[in-house]
Amino acid sequence: MSSKDQGYSAADEVSQIKSRRTLLENIWRGLKTAPPTAIFGLIVITFYLTVGIFAPFLAPYGEAEIFDMAYAPWGGDFLFGTDQLGRDILSRLIYGARNTIGIAVTTTFLAFLIGCSLGLAAAISQNWLDHLLSRSVDVLMAIPSLIFALMLLSIFGSTLINIIFIIAVLDSTRVFRITRAVALNVVVMDYVEAAKLRGEGLGWIMRKEILPNILPPLVAEFGLRFCFVFLTIAALSFLGVGIQPPTADWGSMVRETAGLIQFAEYDITAALTPMLPAAAIALLTVAVNFVVDWFLHRTSGLKD
Amino acid sequence: MHPVTKTILQRLGLGFVTLIVVSMIIFSSIEFLPGDFGEAVLGQAALPETVAAFRAELGLDLPLHERYLDWLGGVMTGDMGNSFSGRGASTGGDRSRAVVELIGPRLENTLFLASMAALIAVPLALFLGITTALYRNSIYDRMVNGITLTTISFPEFFVAYILILIFSSFFKVFPSLANISQDATFLEQAYLSALPAITLTLVIVAHMMRMTRAAIINLMASPYIEMAELKGISKSQIIIKHALPNAWAPIVNVIAFNLAYLVVGVVVVEVVFVYPGVGQLMVDAVTSRDVPVVQGCAIIFAATYILLNLLADIISIATNPRLLHPR
Repeated sequence: MSSKDQGYSAADEVSQIKSRRTLLENIWRGLKTAPPTAIFGLIVITFYLTVGIFAPFLAPYGEAEIFDMAYAPWGGDFLFGTDQLGRDILSRLIYGARNTIGIAVTTTFLAFLIGCSLGLAAAISQNWLDHLLSRSVDVLMAIPSLIFALMLLSIFGSTLINIIFIIAVLDSTRVFRITRAVALNVVVMDYVEAAKLRGEGLGWIMRKEILPNILPPLVAEFGLRFCFVFLTIAALSFLGVGIQPPTADWGSMVRETAGLIQFAEYDITAALTPMLPAAAIALLTVAVNFVVDWFLHRTSGLKD
Repeated sequence: MHPVTKTILQRLGLGFVTLIVVSMIIFSSIEFLPGDFGEAVLGQAALPETVAAFRAELGLDLPLHERYLDWLGGVMTGDMGNSFSGRGASTGGDRSRAVVELIGPRLENTLFLASMAALIAVPLALFLGITTALYRNSIYDRMVNGITLTTISFPEFFVAYILILIFSSFFKVFPSLANISQDATFLEQAYLSALPAITLTLVIVAHMMRMTRAAIINLMASPYIEMAELKGISKSQIIIKHALPNAWAPIVNVIAFNLAYLVVGVVVVEVVFVYPGVGQLMVDAVTSRDVPVVQGCAIIFAATYILLNLLADIISIATNPRLLHPR
């Protein structure tokens, strides 16, 4: 040993009491090693959530408050002008964060509730139930989901509840597939077999034995699924068959103000008005994708 | 039987069954229409006899399976019934149009747009995917990856409006509205569809390029490629002789998957550019709840999607070296 290491003693190190890191410390350690893209993503997501939660305090005007100045220019009383009915764009952007993200998160949760429970049940039972569910999912996935959603909305009507349920059910097929696939690797483990022999019920095995072991891929899938749901709802609203007025929502805001884009040569700010909600959608999806990328990299131990 | 033929026949059978089941779903969706839509479609002022005649025309007095077989036979022979719109008592008489008549010319336009986008996107994506895989972790690779990751996250209409702002408002290169008339020449149509086609290209190139890159990187890490390298074969020979035969399946899958994705992307893009295609027709029909038209569009989109995926599967089976040279 060189002279530098003289103060070192292996016995000392071993005898030191190792304290477990708390959850906060773990999160902090994780953040310190995060790449700049992930940090950027986290900041953006936090910002959106803050704006969404505190929307009534941040917005200068009400969500559907109408002023008698339609298509007001930027600046003055209205920072980003007003829309075709004379509603403040900034206020609608802020309330839009609450409505659009809230609806997308609810839908994603519902999709996971359906997809995960059915996927786990299919993976554990591996009998007629598995076959039935897998084949039905195959068929549902054979129809492009936007087309399917459009068709169902034309039949059931574009109410908020219908949109949430239809998209949740259509997206749960993807959740079902991934849950079933990852759960199949865990189901064959000895401890699951032991739990079965112990006489535990289906619900216990799903929640206590399998779910904790397949959580990382599911969390990453949650982020990606959220992006898909968010973009699907935005597309439906943009097409005019999604969230209905007067609810402030980014997709329908783009649709309502899209006509302003042709005035770009006279007033560039007017042309940028429809871009604001569209950019808000894009920025959030980019941010979530960055964070999911980092999370996948960490949990899968991929070093490229 | 040769294993390839056997697998392909199995896959064809499965595709056929899927098509039938999907057509059943699309057909029976009309059953869930709330209430008596005879009155809803014809309006409050409709006479009871008109409503009864309308119900008889839709065959609502027949059992479900008979109506399905009837409808399926109609679809096969190019008859998808008549639209709901234009039937109201206020318009005076029956002015509804055949669904096929509505869809026909628009389907041509949509196919034109989709193939134009595919013709630009597929070679571009393959080129980018292969080069980024070969020069992995270089600045070029990182740049292309960063750009594609961003465009994946953009909603289609955002990409479309950015393009309109740049190429139509600032520099008046392309028109922002693609109002294609029936008698437009090929070049005119191509010029008018330029912006929609570029939008679609940008949206699918990102997916295609990333998947191609992943497939090739995966392949280049396999032991037999390393073996070939150790034997001292040149890099181009390795790619052409050893990598490519095994890469066809994943690449064809990637292409078909994204062409199928075009089917969905086309709806939003057509609405942005007011492009007279099936997607726009479907959205209009959904807004006015014109179910026969929605069903007609849905079956066309779904069938295209299923057939493209089927084609991809068959090509990847037919080019799989392990199946072609069984032990």
